[in-house]
Amino acid sequence: MITSMNKIPKGLSITQWVKAGTSMLSKHSKTILLPIVGLSIFLFLWMIAAGSINTSLGKFPGPSAVGQQMVNLVNEHNTERDKADKFYLRQEKRNATKLAKNPDYVAKIRNYTGKETFLDQIFTSLITVMSGFILAAIIAIPLGISIGLNKSLNAAINPIIQIFKPVSPLAWLPLVTMVVSALYVSDDPIFAKSFINSMITVTLCSIWPMVINTSVGVAAINQDWVNVSKVLSLPRLTHIKKIVLPAAVPAIFTGMRMSLGIAWMVLIAAEMLAQNPGLGKFVWDEFQNGSSQSLSRIMTAVIVIGFIGFLLDRIMQKIQFIVSWDKASAER
Amino acid sequence: MSTILNISKIDMVFPTPSGSFTALKEVDLQIKKGEFISLIGHSGCGKSTVLNIVAGLCQATSGGVLLNNKEVSEPGPERAVVFQNHSLLPWLTAYQNVELAVKQVFANKMAANEMKEWIEHNLRLVHMEHAMHKRPDEISGGMKQRVGIARALAMQPEVLLMDEPFGALDALTRAHMQDSLMEIQDELNNTVIMITHDVDEAVLLSDRIIMMTNGPEATIGEILEVNLPRPRDRIALAKDPQYNHLRASVLEFLYEKQRKVEDISTKENNSKKTKQQRKATQVA
Repeated sequence: MITSMNKIPKGLSITQWVKAGTSMLSKHSKTILLPIVGLSIFLFLWMIAAGSINTSLGKFPGPSAVGQQMVNLVNEHNTERDKADKFYLRQEKRNATKLAKNPDYVAKIRNYTGKETFLDQIFTSLITVMSGFILAAIIAIPLGISIGLNKSLNAAINPIIQIFKPVSPLAWLPLVTMVVSALYVSDDPIFAKSFINSMITVTLCSIWPMVINTSVGVAAINQDWVNVSKVLSLPRLTHIKKIVLPAAVPAIFTGMRMSLGIAWMVLIAAEMLAQNPGLGKFVWDEFQNGSSQSLSRIMTAVIVIGFIGFLLDRIMQKIQFIVSWDKASAER
Repeated sequence: MSTILNISKIDMVFPTPSGSFTALKEVDLQIKKGEFISLIGHSGCGKSTVLNIVAGLCQATSGGVLLNNKEVSEPGPERAVVFQNHSLLPWLTAYQNVELAVKQVFANKMAANEMKEWIEHNLRLVHMEHAMHKRPDEISGGMKQRVGIARALAMQPEVLLMDEPFGALDALTRAHMQDSLMEIQDELNNTVIMITHDVDEAVLLSDRIIMMTNGPEATIGEILEVNLPRPRDRIALAKDPQYNHLRASVLEFLYEKQRKVEDISTKENNSKKTKQQRKATQVA
């Protein structure tokens, strides 16, 4: 009797175990299985659709063509690097032999001028977008704080923000190009003009969400925290440093994430229009090239652009989670 | 004992779209050093406005507040406030929240190790030494309020102002906090003004209970002296006839003399008045 009584809970525990297993499965299915299902359906539809679209450059690229092209692009990059290495090796040897013959010979060192590969263009675009974004943040956050703290300043500046905020990067670009050519004159420029053009265009377009969010975050500060500061008679600067700035951190990050997304979109457009080095130029060059491979290479670029944009936001979210006290707002 | 705080004939008039609205009329009160005062009244009677004027967070239209015979015109740490919803800064730990206050008040008067000692002493006083380095979102509502009190006490204020300090807590936690506060008060003997809605709380903690009439033109209705011996014990007092008598007089004032909910028959006559009262609620 006693032994059978003991067995009953054991039997129950197995069913419980199974239940726990299924609940774990359903938990995983939400985070892993469902996205995989969604992705598979998307790939399938893409394949079907691609097969039935004929363009003057051949069939629209399907998933397999894009996969193939990714491998190609990485291989091209490696070949190009090999070529460059060999070029420098040859140059070194040549200079060495010339120096041996004639000790007064001044060695000529030339840079390799091969074509920039897809991976080079990704790197260029990332550097440009980060520079433009950081420049925007350096201007936007202090400006946003001053606007948020001062109602008169807000009233004065807000109309300007509202007018410039919706301006497309394509409208700014010719102006930026002309102004940079006129003002950035140097015999030995540290940065290429094309880089400055792209960067400033990115800054002009991505600055506004940060200014607006920071100022709103500062203006909407919890009145209780302001009262605490008043009771403590905190000096103005301490008040801003210890109360206002930390209080606005979640709003500042919201603005920064919006801005970075805009910056990345704007950059690709600017690079395309101005033929500035980067992923946008890659897309445009392929379009002008018009080979049978062009469309699949462009489609690859589209997917890489999307993936990088997603990654940039994820990185910002991670930073927000580490820096901000409001962990809940970092999870959105 | 001498008068430390003199609230002298305060009027508070708020401008509204439909003309000016008098929230307070000739509120006059003298508080002695070490006295524990409760302000009680229905919501919207201007209790918080009185406290905010003493704190310097808003200015009386006429009349004024004198602290040690000096007029109060702006907020300052010598009139520390314990806010209703704790008002801790969520990005700082309990320790850092108190530290912010201590660093500001004792900037040139204490060495770094003295400050640390003083911050920890105040957190021990409210029994928060075990969670000193936790952030507000990691501790319970009662604990947050304790830290809020520690922050105020750490400023060594001449007057401690408490705006419904335990209003947002559940009944058991509130009783516990009241006992803690009495214990601290026995030790420090601060001058305290506390706003409350809770009749038991007022009788248990106070030396005097200031009962306010309903607005508009709210003012002090009656003042009740609570001469119960200290230390006070809530269980023993529950059967104490003097305690129950005091409690009854507060209840009588609130629910008979200053009845807030009007009878249906008189509603029409007073509809104008009700509107004004509603405004008072919004303002306060």
